[in-house]
Amino acid sequence: MELFTPDFGLIFWMFVAFGILFLILWKFAWPAILKGVDDRAELIDKGVEYAQAAKEQLDNARQEAESYLNDARRQQADMLREADKMKTQIIEQARSAAQIEAQKVMDNAKLQIQQQQKEAQQQFRNQVSDFAIQIAGKIMQTKMQDDKAQNALVDTMLDEIEKNRK
Amino acid sequence: MLIAVAAPFAAASSEHAEADSATKKINPKEIIFEHLGDGYGWEVPFDHHHRIPLPVIVFGTDGLHCFSSARITGGQTWTDGDCTFRIGGEDSAYRGKVVEIVDGKEVRPWDFSITKNVCALFITLLIVAGVMLWLASFMRKHPYKAPRKGLGAVEVCVTFVYDGAIKPILGPNARKFAPYLLTAFFFILLMNLLGLIVIFPGGANLTGNIAVTLVLSVFTFLATNLFANKHYWKEILWPDVPLWLKFPLPIMPVIEIFGMFTKPAALTVRLFANMMGGHMIVITLTLLIFIFSALSPVAGGATTVVSLFFSIFMLLIDVLVSFIQAYVFTMLSTIFIGLANEQEHEKHEAEKEHNIGKEIEETLI
Repeated sequence: MELFTPDFGLIFWMFVAFGILFLILWKFAWPAILKGVDDRAELIDKGVEYAQAAKEQLDNARQEAESYLNDARRQQADMLREADKMKTQIIEQARSAAQIEAQKVMDNAKLQIQQQQKEAQQQFRNQVSDFAIQIAGKIMQTKMQDDKAQNALVDTMLDEIEKNRK
Repeated sequence: MLIAVAAPFAAASSEHAEADSATKKINPKEIIFEHLGDGYGWEVPFDHHHRIPLPVIVFGTDGLHCFSSARITGGQTWTDGDCTFRIGGEDSAYRGKVVEIVDGKEVRPWDFSITKNVCALFITLLIVAGVMLWLASFMRKHPYKAPRKGLGAVEVCVTFVYDGAIKPILGPNARKFAPYLLTAFFFILLMNLLGLIVIFPGGANLTGNIAVTLVLSVFTFLATNLFANKHYWKEILWPDVPLWLKFPLPIMPVIEIFGMFTKPAALTVRLFANMMGGHMIVITLTLLIFIFSALSPVAGGATTVVSLFFSIFMLLIDVLVSFIQAYVFTMLSTIFIGLANEQEHEKHEAEKEHNIGKEIEETLI
C-alpha cells in the first residue's frame, strides 16, 4: 500500500515547485494573458456591435434617402402641375384682359365714331340750315323787292299769329 | 503514440528477460508497482541496467547529506561522512526508500531527494512556466492579436478554462482566482501528458501519486477558506436549519466542517485514482503479453495483437482523460471557491450551483 501513503519528500518538493510556478505565472504571465484575452474579446464584441450599428444606420440612411427622393419627386410633380395650372390661368387672364381691352378700345372707337357722326350731322345740319337761310334770304330778297309783297307777307304772318292765339 | 506503446513494451520485455533468467516467472504486481511508484534514478529506455542518476538529499542523524543515487541504486551501501545509507530491501519496512543504518537498524531519514517524480515535477514546471511566459510576452508585444499555431493552441486551452469554467462560476471574482486555477490546470495537464510519454522527459506517474494530488487540493483548500466571505462561515457555523440541529448539539456545523475537508479529499482521491488507473491498465495490458507468452507461444502471439490494440486505444483515451481530469480538477476547485464567495442574496442561485457542483462531483467520483 505504498501507493496510498504520500511521500514526505515529494510533498515538500511539490509545495515548492507549485508555489514557485504559481508565483512566477501570477506575477509575469497571467495578468498579461488574461488582460490580452479579455481585451481582445471586448474589442471583438465592440466591433460586432459597431458593425451592427453601422449596418442599421446604413439601412436607415438608405430608407431616409429614398423617402427624400420620393418627397422630391412628389414636390416636382406638384410644382409641374402648379406651373401648368398657372400657365393656363395666366393665358386665360391675359386673354380676358386683352378681350376687355379690345372691347374698351372698340367701345371708345364706337363712341368717338358716334360723336363724330353726331358732330358731322350737326355740322351738316348747321350748314344745311345756313344754306337754307341764305337761300331763303336770297329768295326773300328777290321776292320782297316790292312793298306789296312785303305787306302781304306781314299780313299772312299776323294772321298766323292770331290763329295761333286762338 | 506508437513509441509510447513500444517503450513500456521494451522496458517490460527487458524486465521479462531478466525475470526469465532469474526465476522463469514474472511478478506482475511488482512490475506494475515499480512503474507506478517513485524511484531514485530515471530508467534509460531500452536498457534496464542503467539509470540516469539523480541527487539524493537526506537529512540524517548528523545533518545534511547529498550524493548521487548511482551510489546506492545497485543495492550497495554508501558511507557519507559518519552515516551509512542504502535502499531498503525486499523485507525492509522502508522498501525502496533510502534508509540510514544506525547501530545495524534501518532508520528513515528526512528525505528531500530529487527522485524521478521530483525531477519530473521540475521539468513540468519549466515547460509550463516557459510556455506561459512565451504566451504572455506575445500578448504584451501584440495586443489584440490572436496567436497562431502552437501558441494559439495554448491560448485556446486558456480561454477554454477561463471563459468556460472560471468566468461563469466566479463572475466578478474571476480575475482574482484565475491565476491559481489556470496554473493548477496547466500544471496538472502537463503532468498528465508527460506521464503518458514513457521515455525520459516523461514517464513519471506524477498525478497518479497521492502526494502530488494532495498538495494540489491543499492549495485549493487554502484558496477556498482563506478568501471565503462572511456568508460562507455563517453557513458553516450557523446554517439556516431548525435550531435543534445546531443547538445545543452542533450537529450541522460538525457536518459542514467535515464537509470542508471532504471536498479537497475528494479532489485528491479522484485525480489520483483516475490517473493511476489509466497507467495501471496500460501496464497490465502490456504485461498480459508476457504472462500469456509464458503459457504458450500461440496464446502469446494472439495476446500481443489484442493487447497492443487495446494499449493504443487506452493511451488515446488517456490523452483525453488527461485533459478531462485537469479540467475537472480546475472546475471543481472553481466551484468550491465560488461557493465560498457567494453572496447572501444570490442564495437561490448558489443552491442551484451547489447542486450542480454536487452532481458533477458525484458523477465524476
